[in-house]
Amino acid sequence: MDRRDFLVSVAAAAGAASLAGCHHGPPPLPPGELLGTSLDLGHRLRAADFAPPGETRKAAVVIVGAGIAGLAAGWKLAKSGFADFLLVELESQAGGNSRAGHNAVSAYPWGAHYLPLPNREAVAVRELLAELGVLQGDPHAVQPVYDERYLCATPQERLYRDGRWQEGLLPQTGVSASERRQYQRFADLMEGFRRQRDRLGRRAFALPMALSSPALELQALDRISMRHWLLAQGLDSPHLHWYVNHACRDDYGTGSAMASAWAGIHYFACRDGEAQNASSDTVLTAPEGNAWLAEGMLRSIGTRAGSRLLTGAMAFRVAGGERAAKGQPIEVDLWLPQEQRTLRLLAGQLIWAAPLFLVPHVFVGHETLRAAARSFSHAPWLVANLTLSRFPEDRAGAPPAWDNVLYEGAGLGYVVATHQQMRLHPGATVLTWYRTLDEQSPQRGREALRDTPRELWAEQILAELERPHRDIRQLTTRLDVFRNGHAMARPVPGLIWGEARRHFAVDGERLRFAHADVSGFSLFEEAQYRGVLAAERTLRRLGLRFSSSLA
Amino acid sequence: MNHALLFSVFIIASCGLAYELIAGALASYLLGDSVTQFSTVIGSYLFAMGIGSWLSRYVEEHLVARFIQVELLVGVLGGFSAAALFFIFAWSAAPFKLALYLAVFGVGVLVGLEIPLVMRILKRDLVFKDVVSQVLTFDYLGALAVSILFPVLLVPHLGLIRSGLLFGLLNVAVALWAWWLFRAQLHNAGWLRVQGRLSMLALLAAFAAAGELTSLAETQLYADDIVHAESTPYQRIVVTRWKDDLRLHLNNNLQFSSRDEYRYHEALVHPGLSTLPAARRVLVLGGGDGLAVREILKYPQIESVTLVDLDPAMTRLFASAPPLRKLNHDALHSAKVTVVNADALQWLEENDDLFDFIVVDFPDPSNFSIGKLYSAAFYRLLEKHLAGDALAVIQSTSPLYARQSFWCIVTTIESVGLVTTPYHALVPSFGEWGFVLAGRRAYRPPPSYAVETRFLTPGTTPGLFVFPGDMARVEAEVNRLNNQVLVRYFEQEWRQVIR
Repeated sequence: MDRRDFLVSVAAAAGAASLAGCHHGPPPLPPGELLGTSLDLGHRLRAADFAPPGETRKAAVVIVGAGIAGLAAGWKLAKSGFADFLLVELESQAGGNSRAGHNAVSAYPWGAHYLPLPNREAVAVRELLAELGVLQGDPHAVQPVYDERYLCATPQERLYRDGRWQEGLLPQTGVSASERRQYQRFADLMEGFRRQRDRLGRRAFALPMALSSPALELQALDRISMRHWLLAQGLDSPHLHWYVNHACRDDYGTGSAMASAWAGIHYFACRDGEAQNASSDTVLTAPEGNAWLAEGMLRSIGTRAGSRLLTGAMAFRVAGGERAAKGQPIEVDLWLPQEQRTLRLLAGQLIWAAPLFLVPHVFVGHETLRAAARSFSHAPWLVANLTLSRFPEDRAGAPPAWDNVLYEGAGLGYVVATHQQMRLHPGATVLTWYRTLDEQSPQRGREALRDTPRELWAEQILAELERPHRDIRQLTTRLDVFRNGHAMARPVPGLIWGEARRHFAVDGERLRFAHADVSGFSLFEEAQYRGVLAAERTLRRLGLRFSSSLA
Repeated sequence: MNHALLFSVFIIASCGLAYELIAGALASYLLGDSVTQFSTVIGSYLFAMGIGSWLSRYVEEHLVARFIQVELLVGVLGGFSAAALFFIFAWSAAPFKLALYLAVFGVGVLVGLEIPLVMRILKRDLVFKDVVSQVLTFDYLGALAVSILFPVLLVPHLGLIRSGLLFGLLNVAVALWAWWLFRAQLHNAGWLRVQGRLSMLALLAAFAAAGELTSLAETQLYADDIVHAESTPYQRIVVTRWKDDLRLHLNNNLQFSSRDEYRYHEALVHPGLSTLPAARRVLVLGGGDGLAVREILKYPQIESVTLVDLDPAMTRLFASAPPLRKLNHDALHSAKVTVVNADALQWLEENDDLFDFIVVDFPDPSNFSIGKLYSAAFYRLLEKHLAGDALAVIQSTSPLYARQSFWCIVTTIESVGLVTTPYHALVPSFGEWGFVLAGRRAYRPPPSYAVETRFLTPGTTPGLFVFPGDMARVEAEVNRLNNQVLVRYFEQEWRQVIR
């Protein structure tokens, strides 16, 4: 009888209050896996006890690393009709920080999950988006039309604070009038930086950053921290500081006290992309995060140049390419763990598109580069994907958004993989939760990543998400955790405009570096720019004709 | 002191009757058949009171202390009985009857003990004829008071669970009062006071916690006119009846009243479908009540109607409940009708059938998830399912109360390249209501209707397409998934209407 069913549901709803005596504690932790980058294999680099090469192959161009930079380099080579290259990747799958997983419910990201509307100067990004059909019409238009399936659906972001959700990430309730004036002043300052150009017409903060003005007063911003800069402007609002700190942690894996002011301002001032059918703060996203961009480039490489990707291959030794060794190819020794053997590639040209922290362990000779690489530090990250049988019960306030942040949470919040789905009732979903371990030194953070069992992470994550979603433990059917000990370069003061980074940004005769690390921070636009730039420099060195994607 | 005791007779008498009424009411509307329930509950209750009165002879000493204990017991047992019975019923119907009669019997015995004990206490100071006369007078007065208050004030405002707890509190208050009056004569006064306070605390706590439960459960449950109430994973379905008016509420929003739904459904279907004599295949999105389908099936040339409604409970209800089947002319059982329980968006994405006429009858765009069903992306998807000359009709909220929302829907449909023809009709239970016809070429209203209609006539039809000044077109943005302006317009406009 229906009244009975109704009462059953009422009884269940009132269960927590009235049946407190029958409470049996929280349900057991959901099952899942502890995943990560190839930690053990990577650490073998230190011992360097690999077998001598059994086979030697030649390739005109070798690209080491099939993250966004390596894929972009391959994409540009293939598009230019050049096929004699080999793309080498340590992991079993290309994509780097833009890899994704999928299960019966949805695809979901294991890292980068959005791309802001590209700036006018981000020519290569626009070209790629047009090729993938997401940017429609003229790729150089001030306001292009974007495929609405990729434009993040409203609401885009919300913040959980004092038991309530609010729209947007900048705290709005309980903020004093003087703090609001600081909000406004901060916004005005950033708007000023966004519009600022030097005498040669270069933007103060361009994206890609290499196109930024090198004016000395701007370079000076790279010598202090973002937090220091805010305080020097008289901006001391704790809510504003939380917001800026969150932004730095989210993009750079390091808080505003450690990130350089140049990098911090770049985050807020570099974007000026617009769209005909979306507001300028809209981002492009997909259930699988940025994996569609990586897969798009891979498809383009595959259709144009055949199978040029070698996965599960670790470059453990790179020799040659120095000025003295003129005319000699570069030796790239690859360990193939599946086959337990070493393959030597003789590369006419080498594009190193892997993280720079590997350089001291892999390169032979190249003393300057090895020393320069040591001045980079990398942030450890944790990403968890929680599969839920339905969207959890929610606290009052703003409705579920794509990006959901908890004020003063240990994590950076979660994005909802099914947010872009055209569904009235989403049902089962996947939440991707992010955390950077920036409250301690990167080394300590990596030790924590190495030593902490999945169950402990799972417990911490559920305890945090239980605050806004009290039934999340009951609904989580799976909780996978991904560890990335060296997820991204940290733009600490002195890195962006310092000497070390420039060693990797210059063109070489046979050797070029193409990785977001070369820009000093990890953004899709930077990685892709570095990849395309290295590919074009390589083509130019080989004397081949191509049309540039960078101007 | 005697006046105090007589006043407490008034109170305990009212409590005694209250428990009886609560048990009777609970039984009659949880189990149905109120005549049987009330008569058996009252009968058992009076019989139990008789047993209580008979048992009172065995209480020989410590009359006051026993009276206080009986009061506390009645207060706790009677006070919690309604709440406990609700939970037992929610658990399982089988032990409910046993529990009901055990509770009725227990409370009855205790209440039966009360009056004889009071009389014996009073007898110490009064002559017998005065005791009988006064005690029984107050007893019956208390009963009268409750029998009037119970239906007028208590059930509508407090609900059954809280009424029960309130009377429990009164019983315990009487006990504590008696304790205060006689504390000098009681030899175990301290222990009695502890018992009294504990009972009071327990009832108060339950009373405070009962708020959520009662407001949710009872106000819904008690009203006699709820024909059907059901919570599904998607919504709360409530059908009410008042005389011959059947009403459907989804999540507390009125969907139709049987008194004027024909106006809504005729206006939804006929202006479009009457101009399509060649139409064979029709799609209905939403509208699991089958009322739009009823109108569509009036056209003999229609070969198939596909009804896509998310909630199987909804289509099941309108295919099974006799008064609702009568209302939709058993449309959901027609051989021409295929019912699909699926998410309309997902179904449109995964299916590539073409239709000659599509009825889009979704709830109003009051939140972001429903707002998706009014987005440019949705209409682009809808357009792919329109056969060459096909038309779609979209329910589009009120152009009077939510003027910008209405024209935002029109603007959005136009943004995907469809030609729109907006119109409106008066549906008294909703107000002035709006619809939009959309197709690939210009639409012309039908000169006449081929089917029988109660509301629409050829003469008044041109008027549907005329928008008076207060509903005339206003500028609005295109509703996109990445701006959801419609939900914001709608929220703003209906907030003003409600204020």
